Amino acid sequence: MTRHSSPWRGGLLAAALLLPVSAQAALKVFACEPEWAALVREIGGDKVSVYSATTAMQDPHRIEARPSLIARARTANLLICTGAELEIGWLPVVLAESGNRAIQAGQPGQFFAAGFVPMLEKPTVLDRSAGDVHADGNPHIQTDPRNFTRVGAALAARMATLDPSEAAHYQARWADFSARWNAAIPRWEKQAAPLRGVPIVVQHKAFPYLQNWLGLKAVAVLEPKPGVEPSLASLAAVKTRLATAPAKFVLRAAYQPAQPSEWIAGQTGLKVVVVPFTVGGDKESGDLFGLFDSTISKLLAGLN
Amino acid sequence: MLRPALLAAALAAAFPAYADADLDALRAELKEMKFAYEARIQALESRLQQTEIKNSGAPVQASAAAPETATRSGGFNPDISLILQGKYAHLEKRDERGISGFMPTGEHGQGESGRGFSIDGSELVMSASIDPYFRGHLNAVLADEEVEIEEAWVQTTGLGNGVSIKGGRFRSGLGYQNEQHPHVWDFATNNLVYEVLFGEGYGQDGVQLKWLAPTDTFIELGAEFGSGRAFPGSKRDSNGAGSVALFGHVGGDVGVSNSWRAGLSWLRAKPHERNFESHDINEVETKGDFSGRSRTWLADVVWKWAPNGNATQQNLKLAAEYFRRKESGTLNCDDAGPANPSLCTGGLVAPFDADQSGFYAQAVYQFMPRWRAGYRYDQLFRGDVLFNGADAGNTFEALADHGPKRHSLMFDFSPSEFSRLRLQYSRDEAQAGTDENQFYLQYIHSLGSHGAHKY
Repeated sequence: MTRHSSPWRGGLLAAALLLPVSAQAALKVFACEPEWAALVREIGGDKVSVYSATTAMQDPHRIEARPSLIARARTANLLICTGAELEIGWLPVVLAESGNRAIQAGQPGQFFAAGFVPMLEKPTVLDRSAGDVHADGNPHIQTDPRNFTRVGAALAARMATLDPSEAAHYQARWADFSARWNAAIPRWEKQAAPLRGVPIVVQHKAFPYLQNWLGLKAVAVLEPKPGVEPSLASLAAVKTRLATAPAKFVLRAAYQPAQPSEWIAGQTGLKVVVVPFTVGGDKESGDLFGLFDSTISKLLAGLN
Repeated sequence: MLRPALLAAALAAAFPAYADADLDALRAELKEMKFAYEARIQALESRLQQTEIKNSGAPVQASAAAPETATRSGGFNPDISLILQGKYAHLEKRDERGISGFMPTGEHGQGESGRGFSIDGSELVMSASIDPYFRGHLNAVLADEEVEIEEAWVQTTGLGNGVSIKGGRFRSGLGYQNEQHPHVWDFATNNLVYEVLFGEGYGQDGVQLKWLAPTDTFIELGAEFGSGRAFPGSKRDSNGAGSVALFGHVGGDVGVSNSWRAGLSWLRAKPHERNFESHDINEVETKGDFSGRSRTWLADVVWKWAPNGNATQQNLKLAAEYFRRKESGTLNCDDAGPANPSLCTGGLVAPFDADQSGFYAQAVYQFMPRWRAGYRYDQLFRGDVLFNGADAGNTFEALADHGPKRHSLMFDFSPSEFSRLRLQYSRDEAQAGTDENQFYLQYIHSLGSHGAHKY
């Protein structure tokens, strides 16, 4: 501070006076997905204002760089996204058009959750003939609650860095949330014990983290390749396969189209389980606790 | 967990009289211990899990997620993508193709037949951050015996406050379709509006200053100063800006299912000896050039709908643009060859004034995953075109009083995000006296980096 000359300080003061709103306002957060918006709310409470770029009814991989997203990114102090190429079709445009230095690559205002969790399904061979694979691994990390513990700790620290005046507030809320969260995880695991080793069919490779957590075994995938819509031929092949390796139910996320899983269910008599996948995916998933309460209860209902 | 609780209970029972304060302290201590142990157990669990994943082998691999490590596959290499496109066109045999009533732009093979099989230019795109302050972008079109630099620019990323400055060669921010390269068009052919205004799209060699307002509604203002070489300008030998473009865009969402953007743009160019080749009304070739000023206004609107904002199943895109262009100056014309005297024989230099307009409107509907259908209508209004105080259509065949229009109907199928096949039928009345059925079969494939597209 001593290096700053007084005209420089005067300039800063003038800038502060000219921009009183930005100095006073809460931490503005641009979240690419609803689960991160919910996590920010848990940590920030009323000290943050959060905008979620997508809803649980949208495929976060297939979003357009809409003018509204660019406008929201313009004023954000913190951008939190999954990363691992999930948002690659639109986020680069939003960042480039936002004119917002704070959230660009390399700035503390840019936060990718995938950087803080162990990634699954990292492809050993990168070739588009394998469908829309992601070089960094499967990006659907939010289906394992333990990942929120990992991401949340880093996020709370990041929010404290960006908004030091509220650092204690963020740390306290994070401590409170993580205590409740860590108490909930064993409860969910206990409830989900009957799911261990259960063979299932998934519509899209969206659940490796959930499978890994609860011990579900995906014996078939309806999409022939990631991001390629199932055709009747590929569905028929899955049906034949299920005759020899039976499964308990077909699993899909709320935003995914109903037809493929309904077709296979109609053909094989399997149940269809629709999980919320993220906050807002069904009426019980109002927050992160609700998300996993609902996910577990829907999975268990699939067993009966 | 049980033991500390028992211990606490025992302590509480043992010292009932003065327990409260001490007990609280003890409880706090125990709680702290509990947290510390839980954290350590969690850390151990996660290490265990990672080891398990590693040992499980198979094609599945897990990275040990060193926090904050960069996860770019290409290292420091720029994102590179290559777009391969080509088509089969079934067209009538015509000596020349043009848009009657409008000066030809002389861009992109106007006059070439394009019948049968052909490949369109292969686009090579590279982009990356340069340093914390700039990013760079190159779009080169590879065609026979030439490489055309469509875009080569650097843009600031570190200015903040919604401001960005772009310099180099870039597609101007005016209008809606202008920034789109042909591989993102919704139809196999350009619309008449952009064909008659710019040939393909307006490119600037210059600088662009853009500012985005800090509001929840998208409001963007931009100004560009460029060399003005491209039509409607021409190559000039002078300092200063040969072209100035100003534009503003607003946009937003309506509910969760609808989004829109609308804009207004203005372009001023100073053509100097801009080439003008035509025939006179007696089919005799003429040559000449135009010098003066050219001003274009462009209004654009785009509306997109998708149920719940989820465009993967169904979505609808509506777009329309309207232009008005005024040009005034001097037209100089002469015989193309001394053996064939035309209406310009001996050389004519006379005032030229044009006030022209037109629009296109299109709708593209994805009715099921991977399949889209679209319709576009293009219509131009020749308006007043005066040469030497009289209708220019009385002198030049190319400026004949004709209202060009075209209907286009297309179907396309996208096996994945990276490939597209398209069938298009157009009823083309762009040239006076013609009424042509055109069929196109087109492929557009992109390989390399996953591109991010603009709205």
